[in-house]
Amino acid sequence: MRPIIAVLATIALMHGAAAAESEPTPDCDVPEWLIVAQNDLPRVNAEIKDRHRLDISVVGSRSSALSGPEGARFSYPAQLEQALRDRLPGNEIKVTAHISSGLTTADMAAGLAKILADDKPALVIWQAGTVDALRGVEPEEFRTSLDQGLDAIASAGADAILMNMQFSPRTESMLGISAFADVMRWVTEQRGIVLFDRLGIMHYWSDAGIFDLYSATNGYAMARHVHECIGRALAAQIINAGHPDAEKVQTTH
Amino acid sequence: MAAPHLAVTSERDLRLDLFRGVALWLIFLDHIPENVVNWFTIRNYGFSDATEIFIFISGYTAAFVYGGAMRERGFLLSSARILRRAWQIYVAHIFLFTIFMAEIAYVAATFDNPLYAEEMKILDFLKQPDITIFQALLLKFKPVNMDVLPLYIVLLLLFPPTLFMLLRQPNLALAGSAVVYAFAWKLDWNLPAYPNGVWFFNPFAWQLLFVFGAWCALGGAQRLGRVLRSRIVLAVAVAYLLFAFAITLTWHFESLDRFVPVWLKDWMYPIDKTNLDVLRFAHFLALAAVTVRFLPADWPGLKSAILQPAIRCGQHSLEIFCLGVFLAFAGQFVIAEFSGGPLLQTAISVLGIIIMIATANLLSWYKSIEGRSPQSRVKPADADLAGGEA
Repeated sequence: MRPIIAVLATIALMHGAAAAESEPTPDCDVPEWLIVAQNDLPRVNAEIKDRHRLDISVVGSRSSALSGPEGARFSYPAQLEQALRDRLPGNEIKVTAHISSGLTTADMAAGLAKILADDKPALVIWQAGTVDALRGVEPEEFRTSLDQGLDAIASAGADAILMNMQFSPRTESMLGISAFADVMRWVTEQRGIVLFDRLGIMHYWSDAGIFDLYSATNGYAMARHVHECIGRALAAQIINAGHPDAEKVQTTH
Repeated sequence: MAAPHLAVTSERDLRLDLFRGVALWLIFLDHIPENVVNWFTIRNYGFSDATEIFIFISGYTAAFVYGGAMRERGFLLSSARILRRAWQIYVAHIFLFTIFMAEIAYVAATFDNPLYAEEMKILDFLKQPDITIFQALLLKFKPVNMDVLPLYIVLLLLFPPTLFMLLRQPNLALAGSAVVYAFAWKLDWNLPAYPNGVWFFNPFAWQLLFVFGAWCALGGAQRLGRVLRSRIVLAVAVAYLLFAFAITLTWHFESLDRFVPVWLKDWMYPIDKTNLDVLRFAHFLALAAVTVRFLPADWPGLKSAILQPAIRCGQHSLEIFCLGVFLAFAGQFVIAEFSGGPLLQTAISVLGIIIMIATANLLSWYKSIEGRSPQSRVKPADADLAGGEA
């Protein structure tokens, strides 16, 4: 009996994956004001100009990943790589993801030195805040950890983008994230770096009816599409802030 | 022995009930995270919000009610009554916690969205109900939006000695409160929370607002009268309110943000709610100064029918506060279940306030029938119930 169930489940899973594959991603363009380049990415700009390549490290926790055997392929770091390749043809694009479940910002800051040494990235995208909110880390401590990590990134000569939390309406009344989002906005402003406002963007998608983020149980397809759209929006913001040569930019829409 | 100017006016200032009632409505609205009606609440137009109003008025009424009791019946008896009140609030808090747990347990059983695998970890505390419930009883584990009542409990526990001092040396007591506030900032005083961190509303900081309210009730407001009538104070207060309004606009419209100079941001941010930032306190003072000037206590409008719903709610603040927290849970739940848009959000906001008003009226009715019974007549003028609670 058991093997039959396993086979059936596999078929069902494959069918689900195929269905997800064939469904077109909804039009999830983000308005300009949400991905406006508040600050520059000088290193990204120089890399593309001089070496025609861009090495990016994504550092984050569980919300930067998708589960399942194909999770890594569908999650936003891989989607970002694809979007950048589409939009910056002729450049070698490499996105390396360092995603660990349950790491606080302090943990991630401590691990950054090794990542910077191994990857030698031109840009670090640092997704933070959710685990700190889950664990009740003090916002002040959170800020110190961010500063430490951003110092390490700056001294390695890389640009940095901070990415804040997901908009999660179901857990909004249980998980207090606003203080952490405020700290991230403030830190990016003070240091003159780029904030990728995942919270604001997903909120916009929810308000605009592009994704039903309220849904208690939504299949894998929506999660995949959200990650694909995050990858695309992230690519757009990198291009906005990095100012790579305009003729190289192919707009997708 | 009490100086004559400490005599509190015998008639209750209806403005307090009015603004506390309005603050309770605003707290209810603000506690529903996705709500278009939130745009109308004061936190979007300045630094301070309904919490400041609620804590200040609570301090004012506590002194009004228990100050008289302490003068007439002594320290021991009035302290006992203050502590009984703190106990009632504790029970109310635990009751709300139970409802919250029920909601969370339901969400945990039904919520399974692969996009939110990380956020769903917030439900993990259900796996350790023994520790969670124990920490909740110790007021260390406080779910989001359930921070105000624990603050209120601590403020009342500290109130007997504070009131004792306020009745003898009001200015000295207020100065002492300011010193505690300053130390809380300098030395990071706060109470511990579970699983880690500190209280969202730092009692050592927020006590300043509560004690200031009490000080005003015990004659401070009269002493401030000349200051409040000054044109310069009015001009400064209005200027500050306009400044705060301009700054909050830049939070909502990012394109305006570049008009705020960097040095100002460096000096101003973050505006800390946990430790009652000075900017927030000043904003509340400015609001109060302008309100007191344009809305005298004997304003006939306070007796008008249109304001009675808010006044009624303000007179039953504990019950209506708890009801508001519950309705916010429930309302948010409905909005999430039906992926509710602005229309549903507005309907729930309006319905919630109507339920709060109806309940306040019901409570007043109960009070009136109990007031007619012969036993309650004999009871010493129960300040808890006469003209509203502390």
